[in-house]
Amino acid sequence: MPTALVLALTPAACGRDDDGGGGGGGGAKADPGITDKEVKLGGSYPFSGPASAYGIIGEGASAYFKFLNAKGGVGGRKIKFITLDDGYEPPKALQNARRLIQQERVFALFNVLGTPTNLAIWDFVNQQKVPHLYVATGASDWGKDIKAHPYTTGWQPNYVTEAKVYADYLKKEKPNAKVAVLYQNDGYGKDLLGGFEEAIGGTDIKVVDKEPYNVTDPTVSSQVSRLARSGADTFLNITTPKFSAQAIATIAKSDWKPLHILNNVGASKTLVFKPVGLKNAKGIISTAYFKDPEDPQWADDAAMKEYRDALKKHSPKSNPDDPFNMYGWSVAQTMAKALEGMKEPTRESLMESVRNMDAEIGTLLQGNKVQTGPDDGYPIEAMQIEEFDGENWKLQGELIEAKTQ
Amino acid sequence: MSLVTVTRDSLEHRRLRLAGFALLAVLALAIPFVFGPFRVSQFTLALVYSIAVLGLNLLVGYSGQISLGHGAFFALGAYVGAILLDRTGIPYLLTIPAAGAVAFLAGLALGLPALRIRGLYLALVTLAVAIATPVLIKRFDSLTGGSQGIAVPQPGAPAWTGLADDQFLYLLALVVAVPLFALAAGIVRRDVGRALIAMRDDETAARTMGVNLATFKTRAFGLSAAYAGVAGSLFVFTNGFVAPESFTLVVSFSFLAAIVVGGLATIAGALFGALFIVFVPVWASDVSTALSGVIYGAALIACMYVFRTGMMGLLRRGFARIVEVEGSTTGGGSDGIQEAAVDADGARAGADAGRVRT
Amino acid sequence: MERFVQLVVDGVAIGSVYGALALALVLIFRSTGIVNFAQGEMAMFSTFIAWALVESGQPLGLALLAALALSFVGGMLVERLVIRPVEGEDQLTILIVTLGLFILVNSGAGWIWGFENRAFPRALPGGSADVAGVRLSWESLGILAVLLVVVGLLFLLFQRTKLGLAMRAVAANPASSRLVGISVGRTLMIGWGLAALIGAVAGVLVAPLLFLDVNLMGGVLVYSFAAATLGGFDSPKGAVIGGWIIGVAETLAGSYIGFIGSDLTILVPLVIILGVLLVRPTGLYGSPEVVRA
Repeated sequence: MPTALVLALTPAACGRDDDGGGGGGGGAKADPGITDKEVKLGGSYPFSGPASAYGIIGEGASAYFKFLNAKGGVGGRKIKFITLDDGYEPPKALQNARRLIQQERVFALFNVLGTPTNLAIWDFVNQQKVPHLYVATGASDWGKDIKAHPYTTGWQPNYVTEAKVYADYLKKEKPNAKVAVLYQNDGYGKDLLGGFEEAIGGTDIKVVDKEPYNVTDPTVSSQVSRLARSGADTFLNITTPKFSAQAIATIAKSDWKPLHILNNVGASKTLVFKPVGLKNAKGIISTAYFKDPEDPQWADDAAMKEYRDALKKHSPKSNPDDPFNMYGWSVAQTMAKALEGMKEPTRESLMESVRNMDAEIGTLLQGNKVQTGPDDGYPIEAMQIEEFDGENWKLQGELIEAKTQ
Repeated sequence: MSLVTVTRDSLEHRRLRLAGFALLAVLALAIPFVFGPFRVSQFTLALVYSIAVLGLNLLVGYSGQISLGHGAFFALGAYVGAILLDRTGIPYLLTIPAAGAVAFLAGLALGLPALRIRGLYLALVTLAVAIATPVLIKRFDSLTGGSQGIAVPQPGAPAWTGLADDQFLYLLALVVAVPLFALAAGIVRRDVGRALIAMRDDETAARTMGVNLATFKTRAFGLSAAYAGVAGSLFVFTNGFVAPESFTLVVSFSFLAAIVVGGLATIAGALFGALFIVFVPVWASDVSTALSGVIYGAALIACMYVFRTGMMGLLRRGFARIVEVEGSTTGGGSDGIQEAAVDADGARAGADAGRVRT
Repeated sequence: MERFVQLVVDGVAIGSVYGALALALVLIFRSTGIVNFAQGEMAMFSTFIAWALVESGQPLGLALLAALALSFVGGMLVERLVIRPVEGEDQLTILIVTLGLFILVNSGAGWIWGFENRAFPRALPGGSADVAGVRLSWESLGILAVLLVVVGLLFLLFQRTKLGLAMRAVAANPASSRLVGISVGRTLMIGWGLAALIGAVAGVLVAPLLFLDVNLMGGVLVYSFAAATLGGFDSPKGAVIGGWIIGVAETLAGSYIGFIGSDLTILVPLVIILGVLLVRPTGLYGSPEVVRA
């Protein structure tokens, strides 16, 4: 029986040396993935499968890097962003991380998407001493214990922060609220719900019913119907866009008219409100931390114009109104700032820049900065309440700092 | 015509087969020393999957029970392994038989109702089990860690071996896989194996010949589940992390695709199938990220057109050009079983109601 | 009591969704003996075609008709080009081909139209009627009505037309059918075309409710399988009734059985399939399987 392992050996065989590359040439010893002309970043996104809508974030980020490269890059280096598909499957994400680090030899991992996927890789990545930056998830894990995973950092305001902002809003506006909650049955949904329940502890706000759903479910209409009959006067909607739309549609068809708090992930005019009908979304409360591409108040904003022009030029098939593109763009900008602040072409130096940052990003809400420090592992912690008026989101009040302990 | 002709089970035949195995062994052992850590980890994953795929092949290819839910047993083994490693202090090697044993019992439990359900319907039931798996994992989150998953440290290479971690894991997987493959080949070769096939092709005749269907069928389920469970525990070693999202329907479908691509009712086919499901999606994604699914789906379909009997069939035909084996098929060789399977496939296709021959 | 009735009504509404796709599954099975795992994805693809036509400015009615026609042709092509080469192989090979098709169509739709969700224009009126405290949405009633019409038409097709007779003959015994002069290939193509058409109908009915994205039918598929199993895999009437029963069981179980809650409702079709197959494998309305020795 001849072996056909030969068939499988056709993918190029790499040499066995996996010691740190670099060497050769003078100057500071550079880490793998960075030269004078180029710095390589690696990311893993769900470009296929049930979470494929999030793959757009990768497009937005790539567009920013293309835009930057057209202007000469960062510190004279062009950014090469290699993205791989993991289908939101943790084992695939791990394979991708291995490939990016051991085969592609990237300088750092950037913006890997998903909570379970990042949980699957962060032990390995930290063990390899590779920067694991600005993961695309709002789980609170990433900043809780920097010593255990020093190379990993999140970016967006985490779900616990967001939940606190909602709780504070209710404490002011509706201190006796009876809340019904719809939540996605995974880490993200439970994180937000848990943060909310903790934040309302000791107040008169009560959760009277909570219903989970799985992303594989066709619809959430039965859950919402059940919640409608719970006697609650407030609805906390912890869903991703498709299900947010279904929930709003179901409520619109019913008699239930609660105060509707929709989480940031699902608060998109394009993806959620337009499909259900803008008028059905009137009065919905959410939070924002970056400028909404569809908000007319930013039409003349310099950062927004830059974003739109660049997207049209470098990623014409992308939809600039899609908030995922704006997210990718903003986080890529943060990455560029981190690279800017890097004193030497080493990973340690990059981590120092990341951990001691105080930067303003043009597409974040005014005054919203990316700040980290030795005790602060959460880059962005401020959000602002917004209310949908039937046409657009209107920012309310001030930017709220909700620091996570 | 072939270059060489040997008689089955003759000395030359046995020498040839020995040479083949030796070559395979050399290549298999060379891998961790020739390739870089990433490539080695891919091969390790292929080895791990091949064990699960082999188990599924025992069930589907040899005993004719379609299961779309093998990922569930794989997940079970993985979680047993992960929970034991995380909560108890037992040495990691012991999680392998533990996972296998638990999965075996689960397989027996599923095998009992499966006795009453045939073909398409069994496929549906197992499909629902596969879909329910991640949901159930999340539901029992006090045990399984729910969506957060369970992270366990990966076994490192013991210092006295002088190996790198990835090399060690590969060799560990190899050391577990080889006896399991040999065991499967042995089971198939013996009367038990023939009974399974007879039962798959014609139950009435098999029953007449004294084959106790119920026992065999349930045991087939149990055994195939045990294989998947063992693979699951090895999976934990290679990944160091389990989460509900690691065990979706995609896993079950991949195993199924693997057995058909590799060759139904073949032992070695499990290896090819596993290599397919590990390497082809990556290759498809390299060709075009946006079109990776399209390419993978097309590759799968193309395989079905071209390799009717899987890659093993293709290889055997190709090999037959070089070396032709003469002799009766009733001897005890595993080739005999495989050829009988191929013939049975054709015969069965003709006899099935509702099938169409173009 | 009122709550119970409302739950039942909700269950029938969602059950109609399952039944719609189940109809397409049953049609393929009845005319070709194959279970098509890619049925849902094909329906989703057809729905996207309709959406694209509407986006490009066509009036809804025209877009729907065009999409249905294109689906019919598409179904025929799938049979001729993708399935025909493996017809006659064992069930498993064909299953893998349909699986490959599932992956291919899903990714293909994503590549063409992107992965975001979007609205789909409603063909049926919105709003609802309030009957004795129970809310009945016109849309759900409309879906129900369309389903019943389709079932009726299928019944007429199979029982009263030569084509239907030919389809049944081909499914039962292709060799003999050929001997009597039936063009087996053409009949099969028509069978797949019809199933694709029904799938498209299911898709455009369901998309306004569920919102259109590439994963529209993914979640529905297993419920539809359960519905078809329950009703009998070769009975169109059974598929629809099965769908209703599954829908009602799911909503009731989710509300009344604490263990199930909202997230384990997937267990409902599992348990039902298991139960049906152990007790009465041919389902409620299916015909007993004739096994040739």
